[in-house]
Amino acid sequence: MATATAPAKRKRELPWPITFYRSAVGKKWVMAISGVVGLGFVVVHMIGNLKLYLSREEINLYGEALREFPKHLLPRTVFLWITRVVLVLALAVHVHAAASLTRMNARARPRNQQYQSPRDYQVANYASRTMRWTGIIVLLFIGFHLLDLTWGGGGADFERGDAYNNLVRSFDRPLVAAVYVVANLALGVHLFHGVWSMFQSLGVNNPRINKARKRFAQSVAAIIVIGNISFPIAVQAGWVDEACVGTEHGEPCEPSGLKF
Amino acid sequence: MTGKTLTLRLKVWRQDGPRAAGRFEEYDLPGISVDMSFLEMLDVLNERLNADGHEPVAFEHDCREGICGSCSLMINGMAHGPQKGTATCQLHMRHYRDGDEIVIEPWRSSAFPIIKDLVVDRAPFDAIIQAGGYISAPAGSAPDANSVPIPKEASDSAMDAAQCIGCGACVAACPNGAANLFTSAKLAHLNLLPQGQAERYSRTVAMVDTMEDHFGSCTNHGECEAACPKEISIDFIALMNRDYVKAQLFNRRLAGQRR
Amino acid sequence: MALDTTALDSKVPVGPLADKWTNHKFDVKLVNPANKRRFTVLVVGTGLAGASAAATLAELGYKVVCFSFHDSPRRAHSIAAQGGINAAKNYRNDGDSVHRLFYDTIKGGDYRAREANVHRLAEVSADIIDQCTAQGVPFAREYGGLLDNRSFGGAQVSRTFYARGQTGQQLLLGAYQALARQIHLGNVEMHTRTEMLDLVVKDGRATGIVTRDLVNGEVRSWSGHAVVVATGGYGNVFYLSTNAMQSNVTAIWRAHRRGALMANPCYTQIHPTCIPASDDFQSKLTLMSESLRNDGRIWVPKNADDARSPDQIPEDDRDYYLERRYPAFGNLVPRDVASRASKKEVDAGRGVGPLKNGVYLDFADAIGRLGRDVIEERYSNLIEMYDRITGEDPYQVPMRIYPAVHYTMGGLWVDYNLMSNVPGLYVLGEANFSDHGANRLGASALMQGLADGYFVLPYTIGDYLAGLLGQPVVPTSDAAFAEAETNVADMTRRMLSVKGTRSVDYFHKELGKLMWDNCGMARSTESLEKNLSEIPALAEEFWNDVRVLGNDESLNQSLERAGRVADYFEFATLLCHDALVREESCGGHFRVEHAQEDGEARRDDENFAHVAAWEWTGAPSAPTLHKEELVFESVHLATRSYK
Repeated sequence: MATATAPAKRKRELPWPITFYRSAVGKKWVMAISGVVGLGFVVVHMIGNLKLYLSREEINLYGEALREFPKHLLPRTVFLWITRVVLVLALAVHVHAAASLTRMNARARPRNQQYQSPRDYQVANYASRTMRWTGIIVLLFIGFHLLDLTWGGGGADFERGDAYNNLVRSFDRPLVAAVYVVANLALGVHLFHGVWSMFQSLGVNNPRINKARKRFAQSVAAIIVIGNISFPIAVQAGWVDEACVGTEHGEPCEPSGLKF
Repeated sequence: MTGKTLTLRLKVWRQDGPRAAGRFEEYDLPGISVDMSFLEMLDVLNERLNADGHEPVAFEHDCREGICGSCSLMINGMAHGPQKGTATCQLHMRHYRDGDEIVIEPWRSSAFPIIKDLVVDRAPFDAIIQAGGYISAPAGSAPDANSVPIPKEASDSAMDAAQCIGCGACVAACPNGAANLFTSAKLAHLNLLPQGQAERYSRTVAMVDTMEDHFGSCTNHGECEAACPKEISIDFIALMNRDYVKAQLFNRRLAGQRR
Repeated sequence: MALDTTALDSKVPVGPLADKWTNHKFDVKLVNPANKRRFTVLVVGTGLAGASAAATLAELGYKVVCFSFHDSPRRAHSIAAQGGINAAKNYRNDGDSVHRLFYDTIKGGDYRAREANVHRLAEVSADIIDQCTAQGVPFAREYGGLLDNRSFGGAQVSRTFYARGQTGQQLLLGAYQALARQIHLGNVEMHTRTEMLDLVVKDGRATGIVTRDLVNGEVRSWSGHAVVVATGGYGNVFYLSTNAMQSNVTAIWRAHRRGALMANPCYTQIHPTCIPASDDFQSKLTLMSESLRNDGRIWVPKNADDARSPDQIPEDDRDYYLERRYPAFGNLVPRDVASRASKKEVDAGRGVGPLKNGVYLDFADAIGRLGRDVIEERYSNLIEMYDRITGEDPYQVPMRIYPAVHYTMGGLWVDYNLMSNVPGLYVLGEANFSDHGANRLGASALMQGLADGYFVLPYTIGDYLAGLLGQPVVPTSDAAFAEAETNVADMTRRMLSVKGTRSVDYFHKELGKLMWDNCGMARSTESLEKNLSEIPALAEEFWNDVRVLGNDESLNQSLERAGRVADYFEFATLLCHDALVREESCGGHFRVEHAQEDGEARRDDENFAHVAAWEWTGAPSAPTLHKEELVFESVHLATRSYK
């Protein structure tokens, strides 16, 4: 049977970024790069939010500073919008690549070609096998989170510019706090495999750093999860309270900060 | 060397042909010596099936010393069975206990259609090699073998990759049905050697693209490495990714000898 | 037995030995590059010889159609060769040369090989290393980046190149990759899972083959200007051997039945270092590379009843019999000598292991002297393999080894051009009889396979094809093809229609036992005559009682095996016949009647310095003998001595 012949001529030449992206290796590379962008955002976002523990003023000023950045070099909010556009694009390609690779993998092992007996996974861990699901959870969460704390459609009283109180009001609702905790745990699991996987996809490997890659991924995931879930927990536990309701924006306010 | 025997219960995938519907058949198999290899155990099964007038189970095997890469069984959900770094033919029955149930399936991947019972068609592996898995050195054109010294580390590393026996366990073990470990091992073997540099990037693109015509994509589970009878490292997959990106993103015409 | 006295023309060129090949290359006719594509060459088998020949012929511009019964060319049994490949590079500066490699090979073959062929082999050996290195074969290197060598299997110079314990694998992958490149370029049409079942001869020339598609049973004819058969050896006639399970004699046997002469079938090599069988279900034997003998010491307990574990047996109670009997070569004596010595010990009841069917190969001394790290570096993959198979750790207890059939020096007779007596039929590698005489040296099989494929056939085939210029291939509609196709289909039908009670493997095992017991390491008139009467009886039983289930239209492994075993019966008869007629002991052929007082082999150069080439006459028991006298111009025939 099998007459081994040369494979058919390749498809029409396309511009290189498209050719590159059409390949699975290229898609994984794009996922890694967009993942790095997303990771950078998550890290900065988490660090910024830690200002919650300083005072309402600090965090609100931080929010304002993001709009102002880089001060007089660009008109107000231009940089912020550029960042948003980049993040949305990164998210879009990340999701698109994931979806298309998932389809490719489903074709490689279609329904009638699945193992009929239970498979005994040797090293694939929970994180790697659930990337698709943790990714969908995080994606849905991003939608909710934007609605809740950026656009103000999440059901809580929302005042544009008062990040502190918007956050506290939102997290005061136990169900919402629970959603935030669950979503961030999913994010952590996603990052744990994603960060390690990123090194492979980008081809960054070397026996000297291979051990460190896993530890790095674990640390990043742990830090992000601990930082992020501390906010709803802190609000629910009453360590952070709504503050200075009714004061005019920009006026000095009693420092609230952490109460012990 | 103990003279002990086992009684096993086998659940074996039987499929009469490429388009036939398959099913599991169960066989009770007494009198299996612990010194037998797994394939000798199947030989015994086949002798008994033949004696009872049933067609023997078709399975691929040849050298039975772990190098030809013919054998290809999913044993209890593990490609090549439980022993690490071991092809099915080198797996021995001393790893099983009396009364064990053993489920035996063929490799499953849409790139490896089943021909009969446990035999699959692994032709796409040949297609990947034909796409570029060689150094173009026609007979007679070679310089003296010692004219290019190769650092021992590089040569050893190329050999680590070159050990691949092309059995397909990596594809079988991969939840995505990806062949990245096979392809990357083949690429690393040639791409790590000085002789392979001239075609390094064209080879990488050709082989990766052909691979992706048939197989799934890598999501870094690492199952392939765990199943590989030659314990080939997924580090080679990272190397392949790096070379592929370089090949696609840089202008090789002006890159000269630069890696 | 009939004797045909017309001399076989070996076509060895005239002139001094060292110039023969050079002159011959100039004298052979060439095919102009533009004309090469008009010629179709069928290559059967994709091991080292077949793959390298197919790739090289395609590189030259011939149209090549290539066949393998495996699912991929890369599975051929060449892949299992462990130790290495010899080449007269003299990289070690230890006095090696083309002449020394030539001399060692002739001597190692017990003066039963054709001088000119062996010299050519030694000449091209260096080119093989260059070629393989250029292809990316990762031969072992030293820290300076240059190639490493080791001494191997009875050689007193270090001329063996190796790639860990997987040299055959790496060389085959090199040839396979070269073949894959030509497939990609459209110069080779590759047919896998396709088995050659007949040779088509028309007007005295090989004009094509008939194959069976192993997946759907289709019988098909293929036409070509020449047929190249490189289908390996027949070691599995012994059932248990180190050969792969599917290695078989069928392609060359069917060519033999179409007129090709079978030469020296009795030269079978028994490899001294294999893992002993563990039970009756043993399906094959596993070779432990001979390189282990470089550092391992072979011994048995002096007392046959010694039941102590090996580490409890003190030095004084051990017999290092090879070191004792062959002080100069010690554990490194050639394969046939080492094998017979082990047999002697086991036959005397001093065997070790539960079945008392092995001897110890002990690394304790080497580990003490070099350290475990060095031993691990050199042999770890072999030691692991041993551990996997036996469940014993050779770092703790000595390995147990015993000889097993490993390689067959006999095969189809070919002339200097590697063409059989049937014009247009070329035979390469282990399938031919040519270069190893009565015994092959370690690390020489890979050398010969690649020499034939890369550097000999590509030159010599042109000489034949040039004469066919302008002639189309014989169409497959020709009656000769139809007859062969019918022949193949009939045999398949016949095997399926017996519907007896016993499996194919049963008969194969029975045949193997007869062969091993009566025609193995020691052969006598009596034992051979026993086989000559029992094998035909077993064959008859086979044709009356074999049970091949399944059909002819889908993959049927029993059916494939049945055809091969049927051929083994006929072939085994010829082998025993050849062994009976060769009234001497040489190399892999040991006749107990022809031994010296100390038990060493006694060669008879007076009467047997010839190649015995057998012609099929229609009945397995009555072959006709043709002799090719061996003329030794450059070496002096001496009794091999390794003392």
